[in-house]
Amino acid sequence: MSLINSERAIVKSIWDKISSQADAIGAETLERLFCSYPQTKTYFPHFDLHPGSPQLRAHGAKVLAAVGEAVQHIDRMPSALTKLSELHAYILRVDPANFKLLSHCLLVTLAARFPADFSAEVHAAWDKFMSILSSILTEKYR
Amino acid sequence: MVHLTSEEKALINGLWSKVNVEETGGEALGRLLVVYPWTQRFFDSFGNMSSPSAIMGNPRVKAHGKKVLTSFGEAVKNMDNLKTTFAKLSELHCDKLHVDPENFRLLGNVLLIVLSSHFGKDFTPEVQAAWQKLVAGVATALAHKYH
Repeated sequence: MSLINSERAIVKSIWDKISSQADAIGAETLERLFCSYPQTKTYFPHFDLHPGSPQLRAHGAKVLAAVGEAVQHIDRMPSALTKLSELHAYILRVDPANFKLLSHCLLVTLAARFPADFSAEVHAAWDKFMSILSSILTEKYR
Repeated sequence: MVHLTSEEKALINGLWSKVNVEETGGEALGRLLVVYPWTQRFFDSFGNMSSPSAIMGNPRVKAHGKKVLTSFGEAVKNMDNLKTTFAKLSELHCDKLHVDPENFRLLGNVLLIVLSSHFGKDFTPEVQAAWQKLVAGVATALAHKYH
């Protein structure tokens, strides 16, 4: 599964619209993740996970920055994400099921914040993009 | 079996009372068919589904979406009793429609994204969490009679 040109264009243009709010989007995404899927909190025993916590905001920003990196290098995602892929495979070892949950919460966040832009076509392109991103990050797991 | 607290039920009801079932149903089903094109396999008779705009504008998609979401309304009215409420529909989806229950999970999540786009800030993480539980419960109830 790979993105066709029109999908890449959609992903990039939406990123341009949302990037100024990337930090807040990241924090909200994580907040939604921990609220709807409490089991995901098991990866963060060392964090204060209350909404608004500085750690949550910092981590959300980090996650969205990585998404932004992937967008910047959308034509060569696997090589651009090698380090992140290794990090997830050898250090973090987040169960692959969780990538779907995070992706879903990101899309819910985007829909809430940018309803006019989040058409069916945009929804499809971003769902596919996040699915590809997740595959790359779990590629080295075994 | 899904267990919803009274707070969660209140959050669900609070949102549901403001939902336009016809529009939301059509949009949710349309998006399912656009975002996960393989789901179109159940709807060969629906006519033109050649592009996102064709799908979203397709009158049969809209009508069927309305039917599906109206049925979902029964879930909201019977949150403590989903398996019984959907027993007949479960048999139908297994024996006559031959729908893989994974599709119920996909539709549930698409519905939540549509609700999020309609309600924005009001679709708080807590509201989302309550609705995630409900759609998961409905999906399970619809799969319950499969054999």
